[in-house]
Amino acid sequence: MSSSAVLETDGLGKRYGSKWALRDCSLAIPAGSVTALVGPNGAGKTTLLQLAVGLSEPSAGSVHVLGRSPRAESHSVLPAVGFVAQEHPLYRGFTVAETLKLGRKLNPGWDEAVAIERVERLSLPLDQKVGKLSGGQQAQVALTLALAKRPELLVLDEPIASLDPLARREFLQSVMAVVAETGTTVVLSSHIVADLERVCDHLVILALGRTQLVGPIDEILASHRLLTGPRTDAEAVARVHEVIREEHTERQTTLLVRANGHVYDSRWQLNEVDLEEIVLAYLGHRGSAPMSHETFREAMTG
Amino acid sequence: MIYFHLDARSGVPTYLQLVQQVRQAVRLGILRPGDQLPTVKEVVSSLAINPNTVLKAYRELDREGLVEGRRGVGTFVSGEPPSPPPEGVKELRVALQRWVAKAKAAGLDEEGMTVLFDDTVRPPITSRVA
Repeated sequence: MSSSAVLETDGLGKRYGSKWALRDCSLAIPAGSVTALVGPNGAGKTTLLQLAVGLSEPSAGSVHVLGRSPRAESHSVLPAVGFVAQEHPLYRGFTVAETLKLGRKLNPGWDEAVAIERVERLSLPLDQKVGKLSGGQQAQVALTLALAKRPELLVLDEPIASLDPLARREFLQSVMAVVAETGTTVVLSSHIVADLERVCDHLVILALGRTQLVGPIDEILASHRLLTGPRTDAEAVARVHEVIREEHTERQTTLLVRANGHVYDSRWQLNEVDLEEIVLAYLGHRGSAPMSHETFREAMTG
Repeated sequence: MIYFHLDARSGVPTYLQLVQQVRQAVRLGILRPGDQLPTVKEVVSSLAINPNTVLKAYRELDREGLVEGRRGVGTFVSGEPPSPPPEGVKELRVALQRWVAKAKAAGLDEEGMTVLFDDTVRPPITSRVA
């Protein structure tokens, strides 16, 4: 086990009845990184995150957080993990002040100063019922509960999906400020790629319960290229490079490849691809049949 | 002090946009020697970007000698701004103007020239072995 991995899984799997929600997942999330976990709904994102925070038991393989098992050693692991679940569930009838009081009672490592500083800076109304707050404010309250634990690992399940663009930006600003200040490791799941490119430095693509691609975003962008050229068989390219997606018209062939070193063949025009395009290609990567762009987008949004 | 802004559609990597904005501010005299750049936390809190992106930009500027990081204090504009374009640039521009005239005579429009230029400037490829 590498000592710098904050979250590490090895052959991790989770089965519900006869269906595998997550299968053969091996990855290592380095300390201090901000990792995006992307994939369509039902890809296994929430399953993976729940295994990471000890909310469910693996059916196969292992998961370690800070080198320990989040289930067997929950007493030492959980205080170091901040978790904001999907839709940031809170007690809607509690006021903001009562919600923070609950957080203080439930968490031995609670840092009241962190909570107060955030509440003041974000102008969250202390005596307002949580259910009356805007979606963005509710998300900030949920984040405050997680951050006041001063977590070494912050796990956010679809934190921005339900927020409007302004609240989304404010939420990500908050998270990035914490990362800059404390070096907390962040893992966040999303099916929206656009906002993640500037926030995250590592990427995990999940589809059909399996990891499709894991790595630093810099390297992923540097190694993927779009090849355009006259209609031809992809076979020659596939001998050297990994062809993620191929599309053919009568006269033209377009390949999205993970390049293994340089592409020298002058028949191909080479273009860089953005992260969203790469993610879509991997989500459509289920065999040799090329799919239309629209199909990828549908796959992406479930 | 300067504020950074980002153009998500420019295709220019985020860290490079930050580098270019500092370079430009120094050239224009908006940033002077001794001025402090925004802290990493200030930048990420306003732009919602990864702190490592800011660090990468500041490291690049440091490597170029344009700024100087002082541990625990901040990042400051160092020394004098880079000298104005050398004579060589003038010559190159004249040569390029001649080339543009030639390209026009050959029937290339502006877009055609840009494609050709970009294609020539850019290295053939670009990927690194993982």
